[in-house]
Amino acid sequence: MEKKKFTLVLMDAPFENARTVSGLRLVDAALRKGHDVTVFAYEGAAALTFARQTPHANAVHGRDAAQEDHPLPREWVAALFAAARAGGQTLDWINCGLCVDERGVGEFIEGARRGSPADLWKAAEASDNTLVLGAK
Amino acid sequence: MTRKVLCVIDTAYRCTLEEQDEPAIWITHAMRGAGADLAVLLRGNAVSYAVKGQDARGLAFGARTQTQPPQLDADVEKLAGKGVEVYVVEDDVAERGLERSDLIAGIKPVSRAGVGRLYGAHDQIWHW
Repeated sequence: MEKKKFTLVLMDAPFENARTVSGLRLVDAALRKGHDVTVFAYEGAAALTFARQTPHANAVHGRDAAQEDHPLPREWVAALFAAARAGGQTLDWINCGLCVDERGVGEFIEGARRGSPADLWKAAEASDNTLVLGAK
Repeated sequence: MTRKVLCVIDTAYRCTLEEQDEPAIWITHAMRGAGADLAVLLRGNAVSYAVKGQDARGLAFGARTQTQPPQLDADVEKLAGKGVEVYVVEDDVAERGLERSDLIAGIKPVSRAGVGRLYGAHDQIWHW
């Protein structure tokens, strides 16, 4: 299969909407098929790679933090970076810099970087297609 | 070759008070500044962005007042001034009891039935 480039725009904050999970699943599927992916994280999505996301226990579930094994978006994204490295694909994760500053989420996991709308346009122009998953 | 992208906006007043603008409109401005070839289609509740004379002043929490409220009609009008074609679904305008005369200048009406043709005239559709 011919290698393609795909750009995805995410906009929802972590822990709030299944659109984010769907978007990350699309990234996972594209990487598995050998394609390169750029993600532009806009507005609340700029917190998806915030390094200080922390798991917690869940008394309602009756589980401590270890048992709960709370999924964190930063870990999902880190796993996507690892998958890309292992498969020889490129995953470029760009956080909107102004959105990052507004939210104070400038501590990124390794691999994520800061960027601007100009970077989104550059990625879109270099991609075969672009999908926007806007917040609703 | 630069591709032409139609940005479709139908979710209205999304974080407009916090950002003091509309994020899809804002990023369209920013990407236009970076050389992007973009058009905008306002449909659904977002047709309200094209209504002239909006006034979002007055928000206050205790002593903290908002001094730079969003000016969405002006932001949309400026887009048109930058050469970005701005379309509005006229059926959605009418369903909300609005008249063409309520809208800012420079907006291009398109019928709901004509949206498909408009999509076809662009290389990509970005649904914000």
